[in-house]
Amino acid sequence: MTVSEQGLIVPDAGKLALPEYGKPEPGNHPPLDFPGYKSTALRHPKQPLVLLPQRLTEVTGPLLGDDLITMQDADLTTQHAGEPQGQRIIVFGQVRDSGGRPVPDTLVEIWQTNAAGRYRHTREHHPAPLDPNFTGIGRAITDQGGRYRFITIQPGSYPWGNHYNAWRPAHIHFSLFGRAFTQRLVTQMYFPGDPLLAYDPIYNSVPDEKSKLRMVAEFSMEDTQPEWALAYRFDIVLRGRHQSVFEEPHA
Amino acid sequence: MTELLTPSQTVGPYFAMRLPWPEGPYVVPAGTPGAITILGRLYDGAGDPIPDGLIETWQADPNGRFAHPDDPRGPIVDGDLAFRGFGRCKTNHDGSFKIVTLKPGPLPFGDGRTEAPHIDVSVFARGMLDRSVTRIYFPDEDAANAADPVLAAVPADRRATLIAAAVPQPSGETLLRFDVYMQGDRETVFFDL
Repeated sequence: MTVSEQGLIVPDAGKLALPEYGKPEPGNHPPLDFPGYKSTALRHPKQPLVLLPQRLTEVTGPLLGDDLITMQDADLTTQHAGEPQGQRIIVFGQVRDSGGRPVPDTLVEIWQTNAAGRYRHTREHHPAPLDPNFTGIGRAITDQGGRYRFITIQPGSYPWGNHYNAWRPAHIHFSLFGRAFTQRLVTQMYFPGDPLLAYDPIYNSVPDEKSKLRMVAEFSMEDTQPEWALAYRFDIVLRGRHQSVFEEPHA
Repeated sequence: MTELLTPSQTVGPYFAMRLPWPEGPYVVPAGTPGAITILGRLYDGAGDPIPDGLIETWQADPNGRFAHPDDPRGPIVDGDLAFRGFGRCKTNHDGSFKIVTLKPGPLPFGDGRTEAPHIDVSVFARGMLDRSVTRIYFPDEDAANAADPVLAAVPADRRATLIAAAVPQPSGETLLRFDVYMQGDRETVFFDL
């Protein structure tokens, strides 16, 4: 059929059964205004947020996939003519919701520094060497079990201007869509035992200690590949869902 | 069993390495009949443009449907229409962004009321530890906007921050302006989702 603004379909009357996504626990997410991270000062809403009920636009979301992905997107070590410098690592895990259900077929996007702590970005001025064989970007789609797997190199730490002698702990940025607009998440994966975690205002902006640890990957000897690469497991938990039924009055 | 959620963290200053892609701002390909262009700028609390922000949009199609398994009404398939529903645009040095899309249809709210045509928006940037969520409504929908259950919950004197402005074009094309203010007298209404 032809879609036109004149040809709008009248929404069906009757029941509207929609999923509903649970709210984060207090302290689960960082506050938008966090004095330790100076740039939040002018970039957080000051007026109270208005409650947005979860209806059709919020419980659906982009199902992006195959047209954006190539085989090389999940292996950041083979995107150039040669191999990048640094410690080769496997970063893998499961995307699931807080009810333990895997989130399949969802796009996972990552970006990171090279081994020297340098991003390949025009606004990056840290005087560490670029690596001609490392771009630091990846994409993958989760499988039916919600699992994803990247091959990359251990990112470095780098200084930033937030305060005197500020250094970001090594991290990999993750962007996830989940199944619905409500589940959209951008986060960072950190490495276990990193001494800089204690000093990092971005990591420490999360009030709840157990929630913070969700962002720290787990070293996996079992998945480490002999003679080849260390493995880190990073599971990602998105908001869980249950069903709600809304009753449209009968015409 | 309820597991703790993975916390949000900022996209930081370097997301542009990965997240934008050339067709990102095009919810429909350029030149699609009926396409509308939404232009806007993102401003911080000092009134300065945010040059390292990311705007994402999600919306129904012109029939008010979603090609998604959780729309119980199902999509109305038009094989000729390359409609993604999703837009993504990095802000430029002057804070500007652009989305090219089709105007969405109205949606059933679930209690007999109808949601006016709208686009959900996520705002990300360095200095934002979590996204901020807002909505774009349309200036030629006065009656529908007045009956919209979400707008009705917004303080009356702030509703205008959610309604795009029409910018008349000699060509007759539809151009809308939607600026996003994180703070200040014109602070955009943001939602708790």
